Amino acid sequence: MRSLSSVPKRLAQSLGWFAQVWRSLRRSRQGTIGLIIVIVHMFIAVASPYIVPYAHHDIDGKNRLAAPSAEHPFGTDSFGRDLFTRVLLGGRAAIGVALLAAAIAVLWGGLLGILLAFIGGRVDEVVMRLIDALLAIPGLLVVLLIVVALGTGFSVLILTLGYAYGVSTVRVARGAALGYVASDFITAARARGERKTNIVLRELIPNLLDVLLVEYVMRASWALTAISSLSYLGFGIAPPTPDWGRMVFENQVLLAISPWGTLFPVIALASLIIGINLAGDALSKAIGLDRSQEAPT
Amino acid sequence: MSPKLLEVEGLTTGFRTQAGQVVQVLRNVSLEMQRGETLGLVGESGCGKTTFGMTMLGHLRPGGQVIAGSVRFEGVDLFSLAPDELAKIRGQRVAVIPQSASSALTPTMRVGEQIAEVLTLHLGLAGLELQERVLELLTQARLPQVDELVSRFPHELSGGQLQRVAIAMGLAGKPELLVLDEPTTGLDVTTQAHILDLLREIQKSTGTAMLYISHDMGAIARVCDRLAVMYAGEIVEDGAIDDVFADPVHPYTRGLLGSVPRLSYAGLPQAMAGRPPAPGEDAVGCAFVPRCAFADETCKTIDPALEPTNRAGTLPHLVQCHHWQRVLASGASGQMQDLKAGIDQGVQPEPLLDLAEVDITYAKRGLAALAARWRGEPEPPTTVSGFTITIHRGETLALVGESGSGKSTIARTIAGLLPPREGRISFGQQDLAAEVESRPAEMHRKIQIIFQNPDASLNPRHTVKQILDAPLRLYFEMDQKGRLDRSASLLEEVRLTPRYLDRHPGQISGGEKQRVAVARAFAAEPDLVLCDEVTSALDVSVQAAVLELLAGLQADRGAAYLFISHDLAVVRAIADRVAVLYQGRICEVGPVVDIYTPPYHPYTETLLAAVPEPVPGARAQLLAKDVQEAEPPAQGCCFQRRCPRRIGSICDDETPPSQVAAEGHFIRCHIPLAELRESQVNLISPAEIATHGIVADAQ
Repeated sequence: MRSLSSVPKRLAQSLGWFAQVWRSLRRSRQGTIGLIIVIVHMFIAVASPYIVPYAHHDIDGKNRLAAPSAEHPFGTDSFGRDLFTRVLLGGRAAIGVALLAAAIAVLWGGLLGILLAFIGGRVDEVVMRLIDALLAIPGLLVVLLIVVALGTGFSVLILTLGYAYGVSTVRVARGAALGYVASDFITAARARGERKTNIVLRELIPNLLDVLLVEYVMRASWALTAISSLSYLGFGIAPPTPDWGRMVFENQVLLAISPWGTLFPVIALASLIIGINLAGDALSKAIGLDRSQEAPT
Repeated sequence: MSPKLLEVEGLTTGFRTQAGQVVQVLRNVSLEMQRGETLGLVGESGCGKTTFGMTMLGHLRPGGQVIAGSVRFEGVDLFSLAPDELAKIRGQRVAVIPQSASSALTPTMRVGEQIAEVLTLHLGLAGLELQERVLELLTQARLPQVDELVSRFPHELSGGQLQRVAIAMGLAGKPELLVLDEPTTGLDVTTQAHILDLLREIQKSTGTAMLYISHDMGAIARVCDRLAVMYAGEIVEDGAIDDVFADPVHPYTRGLLGSVPRLSYAGLPQAMAGRPPAPGEDAVGCAFVPRCAFADETCKTIDPALEPTNRAGTLPHLVQCHHWQRVLASGASGQMQDLKAGIDQGVQPEPLLDLAEVDITYAKRGLAALAARWRGEPEPPTTVSGFTITIHRGETLALVGESGSGKSTIARTIAGLLPPREGRISFGQQDLAAEVESRPAEMHRKIQIIFQNPDASLNPRHTVKQILDAPLRLYFEMDQKGRLDRSASLLEEVRLTPRYLDRHPGQISGGEKQRVAVARAFAAEPDLVLCDEVTSALDVSVQAAVLELLAGLQADRGAAYLFISHDLAVVRAIADRVAVLYQGRICEVGPVVDIYTPPYHPYTETLLAAVPEPVPGARAQLLAKDVQEAEPPAQGCCFQRRCPRRIGSICDDETPPSQVAAEGHFIRCHIPLAELRESQVNLISPAEIATHGIVADAQ
């Protein structure tokens, strides 16, 4: 009841904050470039089914391993499938999985990290040692193991990556929350007799949204790399769905004869990941964090 | 020596904003300093004092630029020098002593090496000569056991010792000008008194000129011969310190002096309305117009020039005001208001909060404590011990003491944030649960806290509306409309307008933030408000306003205050009763009139004697040694190690008795009260404060 009428105003406030971050983001040239790349990719991912000239499985038997031409702008693969079509469509599944996986990771990892920082004491101690133990196992290895055991459905991929990246988000969120847990406004809320859930939800989390936002962007970029690696290895997005990682695997043997089938998916994937990273770094600077110390798991 | 030591002429500095505008920080500043002169520079924060001080080193903040004018040091324009020439002047001929010595010293380098570095760099000293000079400098800064001290790291020294090391470092190059930027802010009052005394002595023995930047009129009065007042990047008044203190001719100087709480006056200081303009906000005419009672149309259109008043005096007295004659004719300066007379009647004898024999410790508990005992580690002494006190309805009980005396710890315990180890707390005749979580909601409402730093105590992501809404939502059954109306009226009660409802803490000034914090506490309609150093982080002018607000709210609402402060002048202005705390033990407790007049507990006496009153020439009596104790002694009197009136081994061995000096006035000391009364002087009488100087100089 309370929130309903204050929604527009609060929205305006958060919009004000976003506008500020947006301006700061635009001031950085790298950030602007990154942002443009990401926007172009997202547009293609959404719009590609309506703009591609062929279906991804259409075979042009006369033009196998063709070089780029007016008919096939990126050329064709060994079956005679149009590479332009397949590259445009090839990011959809991976991007979708990456965004969902990162969302799951930041949601559970962020929440657990914030709670641990708030609860503190022995619970924090024990759970963090457990997290440390999980972090000691290389992430991709865990993901591979689970995928091999459970199969390569979308839901398995999303949940597995969501779990793997959540583990390291716990640490980041906990570290960021620790800086606020001892602050006077939290003490004031405790002295006021606020319920613990209220302290976490009203006082703590609003201060950590910026950290979590940056965390989300970076996790999404790493998840994208991970999915493409899995697809390349044959455990990711399963054929016939076109996928950049899978395409690189399919076409790499013919690299010397017809490089197009490898080159274009690699350019697509690399540009997107570079774009996300540029935008993410500028975003974290705009918000006032420095991520240069952080490394992917 | 023909050229003056320092000549600043028409100096205007500024920086370019991202929108491309040039914003002026210092505006047409002209100032001269003679050799050996001590000049105090005062003004509220944001008036450009530090920026000005740094131009003495030819330094501007990144992005800053000199727009007009010059800074000539012995005839040489500092801003025309090449970097290497400037480097030769810095540190050697002009040195700066920063506000926070702990952040100015390198934490990983021994203090001796840090001073040696300066000597090697500027004077090329080496070997034995170098070592001797380091020891000499540290001795000059009156540091104890210098042989051993040189090999210590900064974190091993106390705040006062660090400031002395910084002073020794500043003196290393034998500079002709020392720039001191708030060198005693953040130090305890006794430590501050020692540092001020040291500066005065150094000035006398070395003849170094000093530019002393501070917002503390009392400190300036002790060290300086001359005073310059800065407002909105301009010098508005400049003259001999005696003249300016006796007859301030600029309304701003009057306002500043009037807002300083004084030991010698029991009333509340007079608050000054408004706040200084931020750089870039300046309009046509005099910058002080919005806050000035004397302003008229002339002031709004014509910017006054800094001109001599041609009054009799040792130094020329300059002022930048169209109407200074009218200001001067308007009567005595530093008016105070006696609001307290009305409030005293509000005190009811009914006890509200009772603390009985409360012990508080930060020591480990549970398994960790068992493990420590098993390892045979001795149990650390409790932070607060045997604390017994009663706060009555509607009264203000002040808790005073130096940092580390356990004042805030007690507030946290009362708030239920730090359960005591021993003892009983009762509120309105009922036992109070130790943990805030196990107290009923009604109790949460009745006890509220206001913290020292509103930057930390207000959630930066919340709007003022959300901040005020929290207690209303928790304690009262009101609908949203009701809460909003209540928030708006609360803002009016703390003299803000409802326009502030939609702002975030980051968008309002420090004083306004503290008002919001006060409004949040009073939203709960509390019986007891714990005020933890609520004015320490504020400018004096703002402090006066917040004190006035607190006194007014108490008169209206009848809430009791536990007023925690290290500032005895502030306490005298606002408290009904005072408890003096040393190392978590009460030394003396009693009504405010009794505490400030003899007999004093030797610790109270030490504190009072150290307070820098804004009286030129007054100097502190340095009663106790400048040592900081980490832990209270295991037995005997808690003040035994620093006491200037120690009478012997009885102080070390036996807990002092609580002697009754008057009704409700207790002193814990072994010395008979008659003896104390006889040997002590009244430290708050204006005559006594003025003659301190003679006492100290004669020694």
